[in-house]
Amino acid sequence: MNFFVLSLLKAAIVISVLMVSLLYLQWVERKVIAHIQLRMGPYRVGPHGLLQPFADVLKLLTKEGFIPSHVNLFFYLLAPFLAVSLALISIVVVPFGPEVELFGVRTTMQLTDLNIGILFVLAISSLSVYAVTFAGWASNNKYSLLGGLRSAAQMISYELPLALSLGAPLLVAGSLSLREIVLAQQGTILGILPNWMIFQLPAPQLVGFLVFLIAAFAETNRIPFDLPEAENELVAGFHTEYSSLKFASFFMAEYANMITMTAITTTVFLGGWLPPFPETLGSNWAPAVIFALLGALAVYYSRQAPRPKDRRTLPWVGLALFAVAAIFLIPAAHPLLVPPFWFLAKAGFLMFVFIWVRGTLPRFRYDQLMQFAWKFMFPVALVNLFATALLVALFPR
Amino acid sequence: MPSSYPEIYFPILVQVLIAIAIAAGMVVGSWLLGKRVRTRAKDMPYESGMVPVGSTRERFSVKFYLVAMVFILFDVELVFLYPWAVVYGELGLYGFLVMFLFIDLILWGFYYIWKKGVLDWSREEPAGSQA
Repeated sequence: MNFFVLSLLKAAIVISVLMVSLLYLQWVERKVIAHIQLRMGPYRVGPHGLLQPFADVLKLLTKEGFIPSHVNLFFYLLAPFLAVSLALISIVVVPFGPEVELFGVRTTMQLTDLNIGILFVLAISSLSVYAVTFAGWASNNKYSLLGGLRSAAQMISYELPLALSLGAPLLVAGSLSLREIVLAQQGTILGILPNWMIFQLPAPQLVGFLVFLIAAFAETNRIPFDLPEAENELVAGFHTEYSSLKFASFFMAEYANMITMTAITTTVFLGGWLPPFPETLGSNWAPAVIFALLGALAVYYSRQAPRPKDRRTLPWVGLALFAVAAIFLIPAAHPLLVPPFWFLAKAGFLMFVFIWVRGTLPRFRYDQLMQFAWKFMFPVALVNLFATALLVALFPR
Repeated sequence: MPSSYPEIYFPILVQVLIAIAIAAGMVVGSWLLGKRVRTRAKDMPYESGMVPVGSTRERFSVKFYLVAMVFILFDVELVFLYPWAVVYGELGLYGFLVMFLFIDLILWGFYYIWKKGVLDWSREEPAGSQA
């Protein structure tokens, strides 16, 4: 097949999966937060609120797209545009699976294997600080200005530990290409532990992983680092003066950044698409087992569900899960389905951690936030990098 | 495997175009849809329902500038670290020592700004500045 047609096809698949997960990430987040707080969460639009994201989009579409007269128009409009477009670009270098052959066409499960992949991601993500700063400044509102300034200082401060903690896996893998970093994590340690960066000898990157994850929270402006939009002191921070779809842009960008960050974390530290245990122990069959168990759980729970509606619908959910399990049982489909499954499972777990932390931790105070970045995260990341370098030099592979 | 430059960079071009299309759609879409009504109160900057006081274009704390400057210093250092990390396998212990000396020099600067209080945000600030 023509290379250009193929890459257009792949881009279409990736962008549609990304958009759907963007929509549903908000639903998942609201549900998880609700259950943490012993509430039901969205429940009215569709079964278990499953159509809520579409209702939200419709609502935001039809809201008044108001542009206040006191704003600096160019930068006011540029900010949401930059936020969304930058947030959607980074996914292009993330590998979802190994090289596969489908209908006689060999291709990688990745849009492009850029040899400077990590630099590309860092470059794009550090540009997104402009979106927030422009939004804060151009709004001509004191709350927005404070939010924008805080955000700029916070994002550049946490970018140092973020980039430094990424340095150590680079050093171990000896490449900037995300695909080659994943390939450097193949195999097992002592036959049990996967050879992922967080476990890999001689320099396990557990500290680097934690530093990266914390810095990722700060980079995506998530709780406990959501000072830029701290609603009880700054109303809504940099997006106070935005309405309608322009307001939605910032939310979409936040979730897209979250997806990118979890994808990069998975790729660099958690072995990307590699399974948690080797194929000889049957990791190819694990997805089928997991889906079948979920299906069985749904059917079992449907027999004692308190709501009569659930008793009727849950067996169908169980049946659908059994069908997915059956697809994963086909050996021919394994190379195509199993690696993306592991990738999405790890990234999904990290996203759950993002939401979990939001439901658990309170917000930082601003001076604590900056001191934490400079006086703790930065030295720790630097020490981690040099400890890794020393270990790699002393025990070369 | 794609190897030539067009094959590597074409997907990036496609993704950038898609992203720009979506972003532009969102910014323009809100202008096309929905009615717009202007009132005097609506046109004011939002300050919790009060009439806005003073101008937004005030001077703000010098701390923000300091952080930006310190960031530039250490980010440049990071730029040196990345290529070093990639070729580290060939450099070995020699590479470690050389980079350690370089970072050591920079860390003295870090120690200096730490002692100077650039990183202390909660300290009393001189009169006249506001954050």
